[in-house]
Amino acid sequence: MSAKQIVTTLMTVFTLVIAVSLAQAFDSMPGQVTIDVMAEYFDGVEFDHEMHTELGEDCSACHHHATGTGTTDERCVRCHADSDEVAEVGCSDCHYVDTFSAEHINREAADVYQFHIDTPGLKAAYHWSCLGCHEQMDGPTGCQDCHSRTPEGDAFYHADAHASSGDGGGH
Amino acid sequence: MSGISRRRFLAASVAGCAATTLAGSKKAMAAGSFSGYPDGMGVLVDLTRCIGCRSCEAACNKEQNLPDPDKPFDDMSVFDETFHGGKQKRRPDEKAYTVVNRYNTESGSKPVYRKVQCNHCSEPACLSSCFVNAYTKTPEGAVVYNSKVCVGCRNCMIACPFNIPGYSYSSAFDPVIKKCIFCHETRLKKGLPPACVEICPQEALTFGKRKDLIKIGHQRIQTHPGRYVDHLYGEKELGGTSWMYLSSVPFDEVGFDPNPGNEPIINNVKDFLSTVPMVLAIWPAMFTGFHLLAKHKDGHGGHEHDVEEHHDEEGGAQ
Repeated sequence: MSAKQIVTTLMTVFTLVIAVSLAQAFDSMPGQVTIDVMAEYFDGVEFDHEMHTELGEDCSACHHHATGTGTTDERCVRCHADSDEVAEVGCSDCHYVDTFSAEHINREAADVYQFHIDTPGLKAAYHWSCLGCHEQMDGPTGCQDCHSRTPEGDAFYHADAHASSGDGGGH
Repeated sequence: MSGISRRRFLAASVAGCAATTLAGSKKAMAAGSFSGYPDGMGVLVDLTRCIGCRSCEAACNKEQNLPDPDKPFDDMSVFDETFHGGKQKRRPDEKAYTVVNRYNTESGSKPVYRKVQCNHCSEPACLSSCFVNAYTKTPEGAVVYNSKVCVGCRNCMIACPFNIPGYSYSSAFDPVIKKCIFCHETRLKKGLPPACVEICPQEALTFGKRKDLIKIGHQRIQTHPGRYVDHLYGEKELGGTSWMYLSSVPFDEVGFDPNPGNEPIINNVKDFLSTVPMVLAIWPAMFTGFHLLAKHKDGHGGHEHDVEEHHDEEGGAQ
């Protein structure tokens, strides 16, 4: 076997392995994800995961090192270059809803070896991922482009039916 | 003869004065070096994250039961409002304890949004200036005030280096100060974040212990080269504030006083204030003494007095 043949064989095997693992990943991948962490003032968002996977170049754009091709971010690869895929890859598995609760703050403080001391909460993780990309790709960026406001939301913002009377809207 | 000579009396009174002065200044020094409660909470405001949605204003309005706003909280035309000949942007008042302003800066390509509210100083100037002790800095980190005690003198409005306290001008008979209280009663005391922090979709506001937020702030600067100016505003300014800021543009371009100094406001007056008790308590007695002695020396004292004085000096010599 010549050196050229060895390289060709290895590349074929490598491509096959990637194809199979990607296929497996896509098998277990959700088509739709319902995001409803702010359900009081805004309706939940039906996130079309399948459509977005077709737009994105690789999974790490949203999933860091957790799944797919892994991360290439120079800050992350120092530790996560060879990290295995993790069992749970959903946003809420690492980004918590209660990130500013006393329990969470004290739990984080007690873990003195914690490296990631500044992990954003779930709501921020969603908005950074979605909004950051939408700004670059000229996607929708207005609040109500993604989630429609509930009547409670209208009252909260003193908007629409709840707008203060006597205001002409001018300066 | 238990006589004390005039010389001894004078020496003792001068020493007493000096001791009082020294003790006074030592106490004042201790007051000026208070670096905040160890577990005080704070908020790290990251101006690079804010998108100017004004949800924090809406949340504050609801939490504090404030009056209806003139414009809805989703009306972005408020960012164009200016006052005092276009120099002054919106500032907090009796109807809004927090406002968000938009800045089109020279350094940044995108507009920068800045939320304004009380910064909850470690050594608040408002508290120092209040002669009825209406203000309290709580162990949780909030600067709160008792509006039942407030007499509406507005000293704190002048003292505040950030122009924060508002005034209920609309109240004809009982006008009082109105400002952000860090949601102390309804949230902070119960271990909950303030309403503005909770609603923020972008986590432009990070709630935590102040000492942890300082670490997080410096870590963000370090791990994102080029994103931030290398300064955590409020870490040291004016003795430190519970609310601190990170920015992508120089702070003076987004309405901050770029160099307010690191000394708490009270340090400007503590030297003077520490002499007040000395002046009030000791000077009258001391100068009365000097006056009497001077009168005596000039020969205005009676004959009797002269004899007594003579005795004293004899006694002292024995």
